[in-house]
Amino acid sequence: MKLSSKDLLGIKELTKDEITLILDTASGFKDVLRRDIKKVPALRGKTAVNLFFEPSTRTRTSFELAEKRLSLDVLNLSVTTSSVVKGESLIDTALNVQALGADFMIIRHSSSGAPHLLSRNVHASVINAGDGVNEHPTQALLDAFTIKEKLGRIEGIRIAIVGDILHSRVAKSNIYLLTKFGAEVRLIGPPTLVPQELESLGVKVFNDMDSGLRNANVVMMLRIQMERQGKGFFPSTLEYFKYWGLTTDRLSLSGNDVIVMHPGPMNRGVEIASEIADSPRSVILEQVTNGLAVRMAVMYLLAGVRG
Amino acid sequence: MRILIKDGHIIDASTGIDGIGDILIENWKIIEVRMQDKKSKKRASDITHSESDKTIDAKGLYVFPGFIDMHTHLREPGFEYKETIRTGTLAAVKGGFTTVCAMPNTNPVNDNSSVTDFIIRKAIQEGACTVYPIGTITKGQRGEELAEMGIMFNEGCVAFSDDGRPVMNSLIMRRALEYARSFNVPVISHCEDMSLSEGGVMNEGLLSITLGLRGIPTEAEEVMVARDIALAKLTGGRLHIAHVSTECSVRLIREAKGMGINVTAETCPHYFSITEDAVKGYNTNAKVNPPLRKQKDIDAIKQGLRDGTIDVIATDHAPHHRDEKLREFDQSPSGISGLETAFSLSLGLVHEGVLDMNQLAEKITVNPARILGIDKGMLRAGADADIVIVDTKRDFRVEPERFASKGKNTPFDGWVLRGMPVMTICKGRLYE
Repeated sequence: MKLSSKDLLGIKELTKDEITLILDTASGFKDVLRRDIKKVPALRGKTAVNLFFEPSTRTRTSFELAEKRLSLDVLNLSVTTSSVVKGESLIDTALNVQALGADFMIIRHSSSGAPHLLSRNVHASVINAGDGVNEHPTQALLDAFTIKEKLGRIEGIRIAIVGDILHSRVAKSNIYLLTKFGAEVRLIGPPTLVPQELESLGVKVFNDMDSGLRNANVVMMLRIQMERQGKGFFPSTLEYFKYWGLTTDRLSLSGNDVIVMHPGPMNRGVEIASEIADSPRSVILEQVTNGLAVRMAVMYLLAGVRG
Repeated sequence: MRILIKDGHIIDASTGIDGIGDILIENWKIIEVRMQDKKSKKRASDITHSESDKTIDAKGLYVFPGFIDMHTHLREPGFEYKETIRTGTLAAVKGGFTTVCAMPNTNPVNDNSSVTDFIIRKAIQEGACTVYPIGTITKGQRGEELAEMGIMFNEGCVAFSDDGRPVMNSLIMRRALEYARSFNVPVISHCEDMSLSEGGVMNEGLLSITLGLRGIPTEAEEVMVARDIALAKLTGGRLHIAHVSTECSVRLIREAKGMGINVTAETCPHYFSITEDAVKGYNTNAKVNPPLRKQKDIDAIKQGLRDGTIDVIATDHAPHHRDEKLREFDQSPSGISGLETAFSLSLGLVHEGVLDMNQLAEKITVNPARILGIDKGMLRAGADADIVIVDTKRDFRVEPERFASKGKNTPFDGWVLRGMPVMTICKGRLYE
């Protein structure tokens, strides 16, 4: 089986079978990462360009290392050093990168749909590394990989996603993926950050955290972006933590085998108490490791589409 | 020079004429309209070929007064790379319009009589059709202090609007509506509560969430429609609401009219032809402000057109350069190049049975003429020879690259529409 598109634009665009293929392939790469020599020659001679129009540390370094593990030649373009600041359009930047011989363009951009615009205008494989508040597909894939690894399945599990769903591309991609696989998805947060309309996506919205956490198998905390404070979404981080912060007491309402996830970077004491972040329930650092395997799998499979 | 238009189906909503007849033009005026007797199918006396230098056979075609667009962005001065008075008016006549009203958000903005004067002169020199400028309500379109409406009115402005930038300060809007009464001119309101719509780029709802695009709720329009209606009631000023896009706006306007408040309203073809779904795939050509809404809004707008709540169909012709639309969705400008598709899309309402031909004619001829207080939109002896001949049965494919407008930005690319203007006459000048 092959992926059907040369690009990974979002989870929305993938079928369940394609997601399974990516996760299975990632599993093989995870084995590679356990070896003494962690590099494979799979994509030697090909070039990946990381186009990051938004600040990012973990996603960019994860992609970069995944690329190196696959023996790709890697070029990093960040917004401060590129000609974008001189007014060059996104398409022109991409065409220039393509002229250098890029086979992969990994793009992070503050505008939703920027990877889609790119994919229509370049031959290279475009991978969405987070676009605006639309999607962050590789994050959802690594989350699914982690859940499967820890709980053995996705179907039927109860997962609570807590926080700023409205502005979270991570949450969006996770919602699409988890509902495709028949998980029970609950979204928790204040109505200003968790709009009721989301229920049309086949999820349940809870404004009360305690009822949302009941019997959950997975709790996924989202980062509360400090810039939301003062914009009227909630009055203060103190009040936010009181109602929607994850504490040990609250976590005890969920299932015994519950795991706690966070896409990072986390704000200790704002959305998650330190003792949980550092507890054995937390799989946050495993998510990071799995991200490497998943991103290797995505690039490997996309290379197969382009031949 | 005399031109005879023979045997066309003449529609003139100003006189209620609806039948087969002939029109004789001399230079830039209509000198005679002669209708065939409906029963005997005979005219009192035929206008003969010998009376004219040129005869146009309009058999099987409709003949309307030239259309009037009260909401056009001609972009000149300042944005000539998007459109000029020349190209915009050529697009107008191609679309059957013989009169367009130029919105003031040019650079410099039309907030003083020297810009008004520039537009009028340029239109006389280079324009293919008649251009009436619209001045700003406030200086610099900033919503802070009134622009010199009286002087601009005297120079030729027919209405006032801060289009694209609502007057957020209710007191200033109140003063504008009051002050404009001195000249009996309409104040055109772009209804949008800027704090509710902040950062929004499409209709708010499930689709905006799934596309990850910031939404503009219908209420951003409706609260301003409600406010402006309240201010029209308070002041007795003439309020015209631009580009109505939502169900509740239609309801508010209907109710206001029922209360006898001095309010009129327009909508645009895209608000009754396509829904927000056109945005899918981040199609920047479907990005417009107010944004495309849902089917229930389309249904309400059609009902509003049918029962007279909405007086006018305007284009909100908003041409942009290709490079500006080939961008990230949230960074591309809003607007649709509408002059060359507006009539055909509106005629769709007649094909669907929403309007009859006379009602359609009202919305694009007499009603805008009445609101603007201009001597246009009629076919009678002594009137300007502004006439459009329409083949209501001919299908055509929308091909933006063949637009006369510089703006190729249309979400109707590739659509096949039924019915199109085949000839436009502006003050006696023929465009085929």
